[in-house]
Amino acid sequence: MEAKNGIMVLAEVRNRKIHPLTYELLAWGRRLSEKAGGSVDCAVLDPGGEDLESLISYGAHRVLAVSPGNVPPLPATSLAGMLVRLIREESPAIVIAAATTYGRTMMPIAAARLSTGLTADCTGLDIDTEDKLLLQTRPAIGGNIMATIKTPSARPQMATVRPRSIKPPAPDKGRRGEIIVRQDQTLPGIWREKFISFIPDQFGDKGLEGADLVITGGKGMKNKDNFLMLDELSALLGAAPGATRDAVEAGWAPFSRQIGLTGKTVAPKVYIAAGVSGKIQHLAGMMTSEYIIAINEDPGAQIFKVADLGIIGDAPAMVGKIIEAVKEYKNSPGR
Amino acid sequence: MDIVVLIKQVPGTSNVRMDPVTGVMIRDASETVMNPLDEHAVAEAARIKALNPGTSVTAITMGPGSAKKILTEACARGADRGILLSHRTFGGSDTIATARVLAAAIQKQGTFDIILAGEKATDGETGQTGPMTATLLNIPVITFVRRLSVEGGNIRAQRLVEEGVEEVEAKLPALITVVREIITPPLPTLRNYVVARKLSFPVWGPEDLGLKENETGLKGSATRVVKVFSPKLSRNTEFITAGQGEGAGPAVRTIFEALEKRDLLKR
Ligand SMILES: Cc1cc2nc3c(=O)[nH]c(=O)nc-3n(C[C@H](O)[C@H](O)[C@H](O)COP(=O)(O)OP(=O)(O)OC[C@H]3O[C@@H](n4cnc5c(N)ncnc54)[C@H](O)[C@@H]3O)c2cc1C
Ligand SMILES: Nc1ncnc2c1ncn2[C@@H]1O[C@H](COP(=O)(O)O)[C@@H](O)[C@H]1O
Repeated sequence: MEAKNGIMVLAEVRNRKIHPLTYELLAWGRRLSEKAGGSVDCAVLDPGGEDLESLISYGAHRVLAVSPGNVPPLPATSLAGMLVRLIREESPAIVIAAATTYGRTMMPIAAARLSTGLTADCTGLDIDTEDKLLLQTRPAIGGNIMATIKTPSARPQMATVRPRSIKPPAPDKGRRGEIIVRQDQTLPGIWREKFISFIPDQFGDKGLEGADLVITGGKGMKNKDNFLMLDELSALLGAAPGATRDAVEAGWAPFSRQIGLTGKTVAPKVYIAAGVSGKIQHLAGMMTSEYIIAINEDPGAQIFKVADLGIIGDAPAMVGKIIEAVKEYKNSPGR
Repeated sequence: MDIVVLIKQVPGTSNVRMDPVTGVMIRDASETVMNPLDEHAVAEAARIKALNPGTSVTAITMGPGSAKKILTEACARGADRGILLSHRTFGGSDTIATARVLAAAIQKQGTFDIILAGEKATDGETGQTGPMTATLLNIPVITFVRRLSVEGGNIRAQRLVEEGVEEVEAKLPALITVVREIITPPLPTLRNYVVARKLSFPVWGPEDLGLKENETGLKGSATRVVKVFSPKLSRNTEFITAGQGEGAGPAVRTIFEALEKRDLLKR
């Protein structure tokens, strides 16, 4: 398909609400448009009654909202149809979405309909200075290597981006942009699927993925009882508890807490890793944390390569000490 | 009812290399397995078959000749037949090129009501093949499914999404991508293996599927790997050795300071 040089960002919409991950995508969009030119358009499918202005303050030049009218929530295949029509009308050069269950469902459907390529789960996006093509970088082979991928001739160039791979800038309320709301009621019949219900998970994953403080334990915590001290510490500090895959496999924590390539990606202000070796697959899920504290008895452990503070010592004992100290702190009068 | 399961051969360990020139993965046939999630897909197909007499299950894989062994395994795990899609021009396919081959094969093999695929494979980790294949077949796709039930001409599925569980319904035919919670795959019995080993599988190439050379493989792929490199790790680490008992004091204090500075320590 013919492409102009715009960048379309697919807003992450969950239960008809714009999810903050969209701001990260807009940050990528801005960065790319500075190098490739073209405007940043934020596509919002079935936006509900959302505040679309915020998308402009986070960097969209235009907000293209598509409303299916007053219908029950639409399943993916129908929503993807709306996205395809929007892409055909606007012919952007690049389309990006979050590598979430939403983006990773909509984008392959759209790419297949448009007969173009799609790169999954990118951790970095850039523009080639020579040919102006999108450079899509993603971990491959279990995170052991990084691969940079191009879409040389098919258009648009499409990619899903791993959450937390960029920090969105502070919103700028002074920014001007255009909000265009269209109706698209060419629905859904042919797709013969319908939404039945949504049951929110009581644990959710807001706990982990949006947390400012994450405390993760690995096999170095030695046994389940020790591992549960991390739950206590997390509760005391209001942190979200995480786990390595080996800790999950040992039955010390549920899979929903696994951090890494095959688990969740987090980027808290502080990440504490107790008894974690720092294999690349684990690092893939936490490497972009702001400040990383690692506790490990082995000074050569790979986790120290990404740590800002490395504590060499016994992890269970250290966690015990921290718990004591936090309790003491909480019981002491304020400053 | 006719069920198709899409299965992929993946490296058994994480020891995979990449061709530095073409960026294509070099697979060593000696150490390959069925993508673990696809075992779950096959087991789910077998479960549905047991509940619906007269159901047939067809396993399809695109891959080198060695991928035959995962078809045998799928049959030992409950599939009735297998089809291998193999030709030198299929090599280097990206997800859209793979989906074209799979969609053509699904159409050629006969009728289908449910197509099952893994949510993602351990080698490419794209999770795109399923939804793309469904789209080329012009049927609905339900992704990240952890529970399935079939009733009449409808399928009901629970999707495991970030903040909970979404339930949707679709008219068949539909393609479903499964997560590992869908079912615990039982181990195949030795007897089933013995039976499955006797089966032979047709091998289809581009001509059988009516595909042109520029629709598959490297030529038919929209994406190109242009560079591979090792991830770079490094931060300036401040090290503290924590002693026993009181000796842990400095470490604890430094952790406290880090938390306090970021407003994470509340009374
Ligand atoms: C395809 C693939 C995907 C994967 N996905 C993930 C993923 O998403 N998340 C993930 O975490 N892993 C993942 N893994 C597994 C990963 O490679 C590692 O095996 C895992 O992260 C290791 O967990 P661990 O650090 O708890 O255990 P180990 O590697 O066993 O490390 C334990 C550490 O504890 C230290 N230790 C031992 N005793 C003590 C003590 N008393 N005090 C202090 N330190 C101590 C040791 O020095 C060691 O460094 C994946 C692997 C593959 C192949
Ligand atoms: N070459 C292939 N042959 C058959 N099925 C495949 C192939 N590649 C991917 N699939 C299916 O698509 C799923 C997701 O794979 P991927 O998109 O590579 O992550 C797998 O679990 C399989 O069900």
